[in-house]
Amino acid sequence: MAKVILEVNELTTRYITRFRESIYAVDHVSLKVEDGKSLGIAGESGCGKSTLALSLMGYYFAPLYYTSGEIIVDERHITGMDPDAVRKTILGTEISYIPQAAMNALNPTRRVINFIEDVIQAHRPQTTKREIYEMARERFELLGLPAEVLQKHPVELSGGMKQRTVIATSVILSPKVLIADEPSSALDVTSQKMVIKMVMDLMEKGIIKALVFITHELPLLYNVTDDIMVMYAGQVVERGAAQEMVFDPIHPYTKALMGSIIVPEAGLRNVKLAAIPGTPPNLKKPPSGCRFADRCKFVMPECRAASVDLRDIGAGRAYRCIIPEEDLRRLYKNEK
Amino acid sequence: MKSDSVILSGKGVAKIFGFGAHKTVAVDHVDFSFRAGEVISIVGESGSGKTTLAKMLLGLQTPTAGEIYFEGHLRDIRSHRQKREYWKNIQAIFQDPFSAYNIFRRIDAVLLDCIRMRGGGRLPYEQKVEMMREACRFVNLKFDELTNKYPFELSGGQQQRLMIARIFLLKPKILLADEPTSMIDACSRATILDMLMALRTEIGMTPIFITHDIGLAYYVSDSVYIMERGKFVESGSADSVILTPREAYTRRLLNDVPKLHEEWDLSTV
Repeated sequence: MAKVILEVNELTTRYITRFRESIYAVDHVSLKVEDGKSLGIAGESGCGKSTLALSLMGYYFAPLYYTSGEIIVDERHITGMDPDAVRKTILGTEISYIPQAAMNALNPTRRVINFIEDVIQAHRPQTTKREIYEMARERFELLGLPAEVLQKHPVELSGGMKQRTVIATSVILSPKVLIADEPSSALDVTSQKMVIKMVMDLMEKGIIKALVFITHELPLLYNVTDDIMVMYAGQVVERGAAQEMVFDPIHPYTKALMGSIIVPEAGLRNVKLAAIPGTPPNLKKPPSGCRFADRCKFVMPECRAASVDLRDIGAGRAYRCIIPEEDLRRLYKNEK
Repeated sequence: MKSDSVILSGKGVAKIFGFGAHKTVAVDHVDFSFRAGEVISIVGESGSGKTTLAKMLLGLQTPTAGEIYFEGHLRDIRSHRQKREYWKNIQAIFQDPFSAYNIFRRIDAVLLDCIRMRGGGRLPYEQKVEMMREACRFVNLKFDELTNKYPFELSGGQQQRLMIARIFLLKPKILLADEPTSMIDACSRATILDMLMALRTEIGMTPIFITHDIGLAYYVSDSVYIMERGKFVESGSADSVILTPREAYTRRLLNDVPKLHEEWDLSTV
């Protein structure tokens, strides 16, 4: 078994509103990413994907607070560390994060190279400008970006180019884990592909060791990551290998998500898209039973009685439903 | 439902920004004719001129050259009155619902405007409320929860649905949807598309989708126009364009979309 690079055990984080209400946006989430592997996180807006990404970095700021659980990056516990120490010694060198609107992360008044100087000098104050330039040029060329980009201002770059510049900058210190939060959702398909190619290159060329990729585009996750984890209302509802998750979903929510995929392939034109009725529960007052119960087609009175645990069925596969696997499959079959 | 009457057509429509050495041809003398009742998609990547074309169709920008015909007559929208008259027939849904609303106006005001535009300004208030309630029911929103709220208090998907409720009240003949689902997640996308399609049968309008997502175009439309650098490079029925593309550009667009049953070739970027 390969070495585990990122391990998260029962991580819980919450937002505290100004009325002192707690919103548990990440609720007992566990995950494991091995060396050279990638994990995709899917789910609809507001299910806690982005909060999980922020929580994984171990760097918390109001209104997000750490509650319980542990994060281990390459055998190093980062939970419980001083936030300032996390920022200086973990971010950028152990874990790197690409936010959703990464292209807005560049400073519009400064050249790309000045921005990179700031990033590197924050971690290694002794580095000279010449060394930084050489480092940046080498890394940019390895990733297929022209070195001229370094001398440009962000406004001179296209959206896709800015995104790739930010990715190249965020991995300049060769972090072990890269967390990419919707890195391509604001781009058109062609630029999206270039961004994805670059992220895949990072893995292949060994610059990063593990990847956590967050998006709501399931066809994209299927093509990019090894494993997929589906979240709903702050909890993991199902996880497993990408192939199995897409073609053989167990949990009713995953099944419904897979029904909303649109791909330009023959025979899929007249397939009716399955929209999921209703809205996710309010996390200020989460339902006591299964959180998906209100929107589930196969809901039973027992679903609402007690909270449902994640049921592990081996080979990395787990799902959160009280109905056993075989019964669910039978239900899906009868539906057709 | 399908009829052969052409609702919107154009001849040599062009838009050129700047002049001299800085000339940018955004839309390069395109011809098109959209038939009533058909679902049309215009597909292209960023910068191909699809939004500029949409703005010209809406009358928000004047074409540099060419003529646009609405229902067989040359479109004349020089005066403001003519524009208002034209906008009763053509309406739009934009990409970003968060910036599409006036943030100082409540949701009822937004919907009441639509009723007024359809000439219902003098109706008794109860009847207006009933109309608004019906429109909200159509898009699965609860009107009673929305009164006195501002648009920014809703989620992105809800705002986009409210946009559709507006269209429901306005009952235009043409709906231009400029990337209607690119800002919302895949799950709400199905809801929005279903609603647009239901609306189409309900009020008999002609939807025109403008998108970069060729999968979406394939799913919704009857005819597809592929746009590259301001020109239509390929057009035809959705099945013929998507399943047997002739142009290299169309093939590249198709190749760039991640798929489920085919290998995604990352080497061709």
